[in-house]
Amino acid sequence: MFDIDKWQEIFSTIRKNKLRTFLTAFSVAWGIFMLIILLGAGKGLQNAAMHNFKSDAVNSLWVYTGKTSKAHEGYQPGRNIRFTNKDFNETNRLNKEVIQSSSARLSVWSTDIQYGDELVGHRVYGVHPGTEELEQLTFEQGRFINKLDMKHFKKVVSISYKTRDALFKKNEDPIGKYIRLGDMPFKIIGVFKDQSERDNERVYVPIATAQKAFGEGNRIHNLAFTSEKISIEQSVALEKDLRKQFAKRHHFDPEDDRAMYVNNNIENAKEIRSVFTGISLFVWLIGIGTIIAGIVGVSNIMLIVVKERTKEIGVRKAIGATPWSVINLVLLESITITTLAGYFGLVLGVGILELLSANMPNSDFFRNPEADFSVAVSATILLIVSGAIAGLIPARKAAKIKPIVALRDE
Amino acid sequence: MIKIENLHKSYQMGLNKLHVLKGLNFTINDGELVSIMGSSGSGKSTLLNILGLLDNYDEGAFYLDDLLIQDLNETKAAAYRNKYFGFVFQSFNLITFKNAQENVALPLYYQGVTRKKRNRIALEYLDKVGLKDWAAHLPSELSGGQKQRVAIARALVTNPKVILADEPTGALDSQTSYDVMDILKDINKTGISVIIVTHEHDIAEMTNRIIKLHDGQIMKPEEAEKSASYV
Repeated sequence: MFDIDKWQEIFSTIRKNKLRTFLTAFSVAWGIFMLIILLGAGKGLQNAAMHNFKSDAVNSLWVYTGKTSKAHEGYQPGRNIRFTNKDFNETNRLNKEVIQSSSARLSVWSTDIQYGDELVGHRVYGVHPGTEELEQLTFEQGRFINKLDMKHFKKVVSISYKTRDALFKKNEDPIGKYIRLGDMPFKIIGVFKDQSERDNERVYVPIATAQKAFGEGNRIHNLAFTSEKISIEQSVALEKDLRKQFAKRHHFDPEDDRAMYVNNNIENAKEIRSVFTGISLFVWLIGIGTIIAGIVGVSNIMLIVVKERTKEIGVRKAIGATPWSVINLVLLESITITTLAGYFGLVLGVGILELLSANMPNSDFFRNPEADFSVAVSATILLIVSGAIAGLIPARKAAKIKPIVALRDE
Repeated sequence: MIKIENLHKSYQMGLNKLHVLKGLNFTINDGELVSIMGSSGSGKSTLLNILGLLDNYDEGAFYLDDLLIQDLNETKAAAYRNKYFGFVFQSFNLITFKNAQENVALPLYYQGVTRKKRNRIALEYLDKVGLKDWAAHLPSELSGGQKQRVAIARALVTNPKVILADEPTGALDSQTSYDVMDILKDINKTGISVIIVTHEHDIAEMTNRIIKLHDGQIMKPEEAEKSASYV
């Protein structure tokens, strides 16, 4: 296939028809460019959506308090539902088979976090050890709250890397140091990082300690648990069960959607995934449509090229060119145009995505737009195949040219 | 070398059938210099196409080197053409974007000769037609006579048994025409058969034998003589 003469011929015909070749090549390049950009943008949206999920365990269910909207068992609507330790314990007991790790959460309001002269306005949460998995925390230093801390009401705190950076000097080791939460000193036991930036403006203390130290009694604000390997249907059923369990304890109508809120990540994640599968399918459809337009363009050009070169092809045949060598010539030219142009579009598209990715701050809506390797490979294959398809009809036409045509002098 | 027996050829023109060659019989021996003469429409180009394996015939027989040529497929015809024939055309038919040397080397390319070797051979043949110094020039930079000499070098480069020349002097002035004819005669002296299709009487006269075509038939020598007197 590599043959200087053949390439020389291909490039000399391309050179002879610069504008025409450019216009066709442009349509192919544009098609691929748009495909890559669209796929990248779709990926960016998807990455952001998936990332927001990943910041919490994907297989988690979160239960929040609400306000009743229906009268039930003699209670008026408009009653605030308050969760307590009992809710957490009962939920764990009643759903033992499906719950993997669980945690309740108590938000401690208006508490300053202080170390020496430094002060930071991050949130303080009282939680169970299960939060480590629920929030998908990774530790840069030390550890998270454990059962022993809970049992002994220890005044320990696990801080985020942001809190550390705000309070401590660069080379200072925060582990074992005491920070003040409100008036009370808490000993730092770990520095974590949450994948969601927003969730890094927090510190966690044992919920038992928090309830005691901040005078919240047995109150909790919400609870959450992860459940291993249950299907969407099972998770929806579980949601219903939970509502019934809470309704019974708190005397509200199980059909009252506002009395409590359940955030079912299992269901949401799968829904989002299917939405993005749809988007990427749609993008491919548009991209392939654009490329088909390019193919038709190239095919057209090649037809004209063959027509213009009728005489030359005839001469070639007269001096010994086989039909196959003629087909080869036309096909190769078509593949060359589409592949080079397409490659150009591919590189440009990927380049722009990279530029965007590098210069755009990640947000919760859009992050890391990228065209992955498999997309690039399939686009390249698509190009070569489309080049071959574009060249097929003109090549067959060229092969059918009778050498006599060249001999005839008009 | 070439033996034609009762050769017929007709073209379908819409509903009508145009009978172009009506039973030709002749033989061309190795090393002959022959011209095929006739006015336009006499069937001389059709005959050349059939001889050059560029067209099929309907009836009769065509032997090339004692081999019956019949219903060749394109690939095989291409191989035979490459091996037996060198073509020279009225309008030269050089490939415009290739220089003289590359044009001459092209038939060798289709024979699968390596680039280096075919460029060397091409230069040799350009030297033979006196155009060695013009090897790197594009056809557009050459005069008509030079172009035809390049075309002749191209026809010779595969060392063919027969040169088929279709009105080789048709686009040239008379002095250049004679130069080109001299080259063709020199080629003939090396033992290669040369068949020239022409309608020019003086060109035909320079060949050793004239086959005169009239209305798709070969004229008998005495008729030819008669017609020659009023050409």
